Parts: sequence; structure tokens; C-alpha cells
Amino acid sequence: MTTVDKPIGFGRMHRKEDARFVRGRGTYVDDVNLPGMLYGAVLRSPFAHAKIVSIDTAAAQAHPKVKAVITGQTLEGLKLAWMPTLSYDTQAVLATDKVRFQGQEVAFVVAEDKYSARDALELIDVEYEPLPAVVDARRALDPDAPVIRDDKEGQTDNHIFDWGAGDEAATDAVFASAEVVVAQDVLYPRVHPAPLETCGAVADFDAVTGKLTMWCNTQAPHAHRTVYALVAGLPEHKIRVISPDVGGGFGNKVPIYPGYVCAIVGSIVTGKPVKWMEDRSENLMSTGFARDYHMRGEVAATRDGDIRALRVKVIADHGAFNGTAQPTKFPAGFFHVFTGSYDVEAAHCSVTGVYTNKAPGGVAYACSFRITEAAYLIERMIDVLAFELDMDPAELRMKNLLKPEQFPYPSPTGWEYDSGDYPRALQLALEMVGYAELRAEQASRPPGGPLMGIGISFFTEAVGAGPRKHMDILGLGMADGAELRVHPTGKAVLRISVQSQGQGHETTYAQIVAEELGIPPDDIEVVHGDTDQTPFGLGTYGSRSTPVSGAATAVVARKVRERAKQVASAMLEVDPGDLEWEKGRWYVRGDQAQGRTIQEIALAAHSSLELPEGVEGHLDATTVYNPPNLTFPFGAYICVVDVDPGTGQVKVRRFVAVDDCGVRINPMIVEGQVHGGLADGVGMALMQLIAFDEDGNCLGASFMDYLLPTSMECPSWELGETVTPSPHHPIGAKGVGESATVGSPAAVVNAVLDALKPYGVRHADMPLTPAQVWRAIQGRPIRTDLAIT
Amino acid sequence: MQITVNVNGDEHTADVEPRLLLVHFLRDSLGLTGTHWGCDTSNCGVCVVWLDGTPVKSCTVLAVMADGRTVRTVEGLAAGAALDPVQEGFVRCHGLQCGFCTPGMMMTARWLLDRNPDPSEEEIREAISGQSCRCTGYENIVRAIQWAAREGVSTS
Repeated sequence: MTTVDKPIGFGRMHRKEDARFVRGRGTYVDDVNLPGMLYGAVLRSPFAHAKIVSIDTAAAQAHPKVKAVITGQTLEGLKLAWMPTLSYDTQAVLATDKVRFQGQEVAFVVAEDKYSARDALELIDVEYEPLPAVVDARRALDPDAPVIRDDKEGQTDNHIFDWGAGDEAATDAVFASAEVVVAQDVLYPRVHPAPLETCGAVADFDAVTGKLTMWCNTQAPHAHRTVYALVAGLPEHKIRVISPDVGGGFGNKVPIYPGYVCAIVGSIVTGKPVKWMEDRSENLMSTGFARDYHMRGEVAATRDGDIRALRVKVIADHGAFNGTAQPTKFPAGFFHVFTGSYDVEAAHCSVTGVYTNKAPGGVAYACSFRITEAAYLIERMIDVLAFELDMDPAELRMKNLLKPEQFPYPSPTGWEYDSGDYPRALQLALEMVGYAELRAEQASRPPGGPLMGIGISFFTEAVGAGPRKHMDILGLGMADGAELRVHPTGKAVLRISVQSQGQGHETTYAQIVAEELGIPPDDIEVVHGDTDQTPFGLGTYGSRSTPVSGAATAVVARKVRERAKQVASAMLEVDPGDLEWEKGRWYVRGDQAQGRTIQEIALAAHSSLELPEGVEGHLDATTVYNPPNLTFPFGAYICVVDVDPGTGQVKVRRFVAVDDCGVRINPMIVEGQVHGGLADGVGMALMQLIAFDEDGNCLGASFMDYLLPTSMECPSWELGETVTPSPHHPIGAKGVGESATVGSPAAVVNAVLDALKPYGVRHADMPLTPAQVWRAIQGRPIRTDLAIT
Repeated sequence: MQITVNVNGDEHTADVEPRLLLVHFLRDSLGLTGTHWGCDTSNCGVCVVWLDGTPVKSCTVLAVMADGRTVRTVEGLAAGAALDPVQEGFVRCHGLQCGFCTPGMMMTARWLLDRNPDPSEEEIREAISGQSCRCTGYENIVRAIQWAAREGVSTS
């Protein structure tokens, strides 16, 4: 630990990337236009489950502006009809035998312009034979359920995996002797990350050089490159993935989608660059959704509110192909962090993954690999317990929170929480919101009138995947490279593997180097999003950039600093051991005036200066950072809502969020990340939902139906912070990008249900739309994920 | 159809299909890619430009409807090297992250401030309520517009 006790320099500096964005000069993938470029469009299935009897493309082929029509049959000839998913499953690129969800890719048209490509889709005649669809995950394993994945040898049902964590026997023993046991079915319904920029790509295959250049708004360019090499059989050094400016990701842009593969095939077939951009409905209907966890939580406690054990059973709806992206050993992601922030004797979870006739995905939307589901469950269960014990939910939490002296804390499900001071964060949030006053206001409300509620959520996340011994995706260990080069004039270029989708890496990573080397951030160029220009790494998701690549950046800068020390010793003609560092400068111990700045050293390192034996010239370094553990950010969130019992309308009055993400590199950017996640929480708690009807029709296929929170639904966020550095991260930082999305839904839901307490409502599933709230008041909340009457 | 549209002060004449959307005319025909496309259904507002001085969602305006009219896009917001105060406010207040909604948000903000130089927070929130942002939770967009109202002198 060298710098954890002081903030990172240049703290709230404005973002370097903003200059281009505010002028409309960003380059998103749809802004990439190449000479001779053609346009692709995907024909999609109208059915959730149907046999393909025939596909007639003759009329489309005859369209004067169509250059190619590709079907599953075409791809079978190239052995590309199926591709691997990031979870060792397979996914159809274009359907051959049958379609398995509404919106599945069936054919791909390449035409001279995008309007013609769409026109030609209308000319393709597909004959389907509809099959019964599996839409209810809880019925997917029924003996009479149709088998969705009959393409897989030996697959006779819709079962994907069973997975568990914790000590089942010890947990059951605690439950058997518990004074109080509460159980609750909790649904975290299917939602979609819905970045405002949809997914897309421009594929450019050069038949002469054999090089494929793939502009694609992916969050994981290096992982994509390797997978393309494995899928398409192209040599990896002949694949360049460029992820330019990305208009939001939130996990939606981690997987490889069939449209990308089709664009590549289209470019190979036509010899021209091919652009494919999905439209909004395609994005919502076919790309990586999130959640869809059907959970049953149980809490064992004493009568006075000591929580002793937790038990959880989950049915996980993974859709038609297991296309989730998470570390291989963890098919339920990091859901097993579900004991949250509490000191319990024992815990156990079991998760069963199933196929349904819905879009594939599951791990997305700022979930930190399923920690959204875990945090929501535990925080809902705490309130259910408080309801049953008639205890104040703040008091119940404070009583059970882990104590600062328990860290590093080995959790009952196998984690080692790195650092935390939980009571301090909760206390700060309670003070900021004026908890006692709010409870007094609530108590003074006359019965039958307007309601108000106060909801608390305390979350702990495990982010920064991860130690390569335990964590890989498709066998690729989750360590990140970084390269730093200081030019002769003292200006630097940092090359990192992670890709920004708005997180401001060009600014914060320059700040890290500036802190370590004393080179001003404006003199540091951060290069990212281009596999030909950057070292290998697994990408930006799961709040892993700062914990892994941020650490790599600090480490590589320190390597350069050590090299600079050797050069400085030659310049000053003193032993390196006699040199001391102050930011930006090596000087002779005891004689501070005798020193050389990093800029002077950089020039000397490239000069004719004679260097000590074994010291190379120049001033650069590379590293690969393999994190020793995850980082464990946490926070205390309190939401205050007003509810109209006549209409069920919920208004978020206030939202206080206290976050502890360790040392903050740029507090302005951290706060911005938290703001965005809080809006996500309001959206998921109150509005956002991808539901299905009994035939498997997607009922959230446009922004007319999939409601995003606007400026009117969001309050002015009130933020607080505590700082508990990570003991193992080089600068004491922890991930934060997903904290608020993970922590906030439970606060909103708990607030609404707190408001409904006078009506005896203990639980109702998200989203708490006016209709759902009204039904809850009437004593009959519904399952929100299915529109089945 | 032949149309002539004044975009950011420059006259552009082009032969277009009657069904061509204004957003595609701006982006693909004129190369003004600062205006984005996001939803097709007039919900997200990343395509907002001015048509004869009024913000419109250019994904639901046909290019031919702009014939003989004036369009202003994000590329026409700054006066040369000098940023419009709204642009300056977005930088200073961290009113953008991924930058995708930003051009549309700024066009609406400029329009609001031209009509109401001292808007309340509520008026700002209402003005941008037809546009989505997935990154900022709107907080810093509101602050950016407040900054522009407080500190800025419009260049337009």
C-alpha cells in the first residue's frame, strides 16, 4: 500500500473524451462508413417455437439491389450455422431445424442500402409449423414440457444445470432449531439493459490479405477476437476488432450475436464491407436480457431479530440458448454472495438453470454477474423478516451487519470480503435522510389517505473478476494486460485492454498514470478498443475495469518509475539506492535540489547517455495483472416514496445513496456512475419489464411497451460516501459501475411495500406499476413475468 | 424527389426517396453523424434536431418534409471553436457519459433556454422528459442546463 491514504491527484478533472462528444464528433459503429459498404438486415422468427418447413429466398435474391441472401443452409455449408456461446453451449447463428424464440435469426440479406435490405426481408417466404412454447420457467421441467434443445445429443428435457454453494447440512440444521423461519417467493423479472445505441457491426474482410477488420460496439474486443478465431477458423493474428465509441453497454454488448457472424459471412461472400445495425425491437427481443430469476428465500432467525441462516432455491430462466457470460466455474454467476452484508452462521443456495422459448442471455444489465438478484433477494428477505417480527428494518439491519473488525471476512459461501465498515455507511445514510423524522411523519398519517414509505437496502458486491486460477470465460483467464510508453518529450501513451462505454477511461486511467508518474493527465493518451493496438484482456463488464485494468495501469506505471530510477541514477551519477521519489521526480536523498523530473529522465532514456549494465534504453513497460481477490464495494441506500392508494401511483420523493467503493480516482465520474444506476433501480422497481404471453410473444419489444425512467420519474439523487480502501488493490480502489444498479431496486421496492404495510402487504413482485400496487392493496398482486390469464 | 434543406446555415440539394427519414438524410446523405438514431418510435429522443427552430424527433420526420426549411443539428451548436454554453455546461457538470443521448439533449436544452433563460428544475426536467438517458440518471444533465442558464451567453 503506497497511496491509499491520499486521494488520487487531479480528482474531479473534466473528462478528456467530452470534447468530441459535445460537438457530435464521437465515432460510434453506425458512424463508420467504408467505401463500397453494403448493408445487412436480419429476418427474424415471428414464432417462439416452430419447425422450419421451408425457406424460399428466390424473390429476395431477384431484388435488384440485393447482393446476397444467407440462410442457415448457407451457413451449414460453411460449418457456421451454430456458434459457441460464452457458457459452453451452442446457439444458432441462423436457424436450420426450428426456431426457438420469437425474434430468432432466420435469414440475412445483404443489399446496396439499408432500406433495400429491409425491403428484401419482406420477399423471403418462410413456412413454419408452430410448436407449443415453454414460457413459464417453473414449468420448463414438467415431464410433458416440449423439449426445446432437441438439437443437442442426449438432451431429453429443458434442464441446463444444477449448481449450489454453501453448506446445505449445516444450514438445514440451523433452520431445524430456529425460533423463527420466514419464507418468500421472490421474482426478479426479465429486464433488458437497453443501451440507447443498439448492437451492430461493420465487417470488412480483405480477401487479398486475409485480414478481417471488425468494427463492433463490443464490451470485450479481445474476447471477441479469440472467439471469432475459434468459430470462423480465421487465424487470430488476421482478425482486428475495433470497438469505437460505444453508446452504452450495461452488459448488453458482451456476447457475440448472430448478426455479427452474419456480417462477417456477408463480407466474405460479397467481398465488400457489410454494416449491420439492429433496430430497437431487435435489440429488445433478441439480445442479452437480464435476471429472470425465480427465487424462494428463507431466513432463520431468533425472535429478537438475530439472523442465523439463509436458504435459497432458484429456477433460472436462461432462454433458448445458454448465452450467459460469466466465469466458467460459476453458472449462476456470483449469486452466492447472497448472504450480503450480514453475519450468519450458515447459508446455502441451489440454482437450477432451464431452457425456455425466450431470447438467450441472463447475465447483463449492470448485474455484476447476478449480484443484482442476490442483493435484491436478501434485502427483500430482511424486510420480510422485519414485517413478521414487527421490527424497524433499519434496526434489524444494524443489528445483523458485519462489524468492521470481522474483515477480511470469510463468507459462508466461500468469499473473502476484503474490507468494510458497514455500520458507518448505514448510519450516515440514516442521518442524511433524517430517518427518525420520516418515521414520525409516517406515523402521523391518517388511515386511508395518501401513503408514504421508507425503504432501505444495504448491499455488498464482489467485483473485479478475477483471479485467473478461479475465473475464466471460455478458458480465457480474467487477467488484464497494460502497456505504457513515455516518449522522449515526456508525453505518454497508455494502452489498455478494457473498453469504455461511457465510463470515462480516457480520463481516469490517465489520472492513475499521472498520480504514479507525475505526468499531467493531458500529456497522457489512453488507447483502448482496438485489438491491434492494445494488450489482451477480458473487457469491461462486471465492474471489473478499475479493479483489474486500473490495477494493471498503476502497476505498469510503477514499473516505468523503477526504470526511470535507473536512468536517473546514471544521470545524477549516484547509486539508485540513494534516490527518493516525489511525484514526478527522482532526487538524491538528503539533497532535494539534486534531482531529475520524469520528463528529463524520458529524454535521457532515449539519448546517448550511457546506462548502467542491464538497463535498457527508452522508458516503457508492460504488465499483466492477475488480481489476488475481488474487491467488495458496499453501500447503504434509502428511498422515500409517496403512494396514492386510489390509483397505485408511486412517486419517488427522495433517494439517499451512500457508496463506499474504496479510493475514488475521479469522484465526479464515480458519482455519475451512481446516478445512472439509481435511475436503473427506479426503472426496474417501477416500470421496466420484458414479459411474455402464453404463446411466447415478447410484450416488451419497443420503447412504447418497455418503459424507461425519464427525468420526471427520477428524483434529484442525494449522495454520500465513506472510503474504506481495498487492501489488495494497488491504489485501494474498488469497482463501482454497477453498485447502484445492484443496490437500488430493493430500496425502491422496500419503500413501496413499507408504504403498503397498513394494508397488510408483505410482498409484491416488480415492477410495481400502478396496476400492481393497486392489486397489492386489494390483496392480490400478480406474477408480472407472464401475461397468462 | 429533389429537396433543398438548409442545415446549420448551408443549403443542401439532394434527390431522395420519399420515404427517407430525416435522421438518415442527415447522417447518411450529409454525413452529419452527430445526430443519432435509437428507437424508431419517438421515445428515446437521441435523434432530436431543430426544424425551423423547433425540436423534432428526426426518426419520425421524412426528409421531404424538411424541403425548403431550416434544420439545426449538434454540429451547428458551437460557433466555430467557441462552445455553446450548453455544451460547456455538459462538460463542466459531467452531463454525459456514453455521449449517445447528448446531442439530442443539448438541442432541447438550447431551445428551452432560448425561450426561458431562467428555468426551474421542474421546467428543465419537463423539457427533457421526452428523451432518455441510460447513463446519468438525469441529475447532471439538469445541472448542466442550470449551469448554462446561470453562466452562459448563447452564441446563437
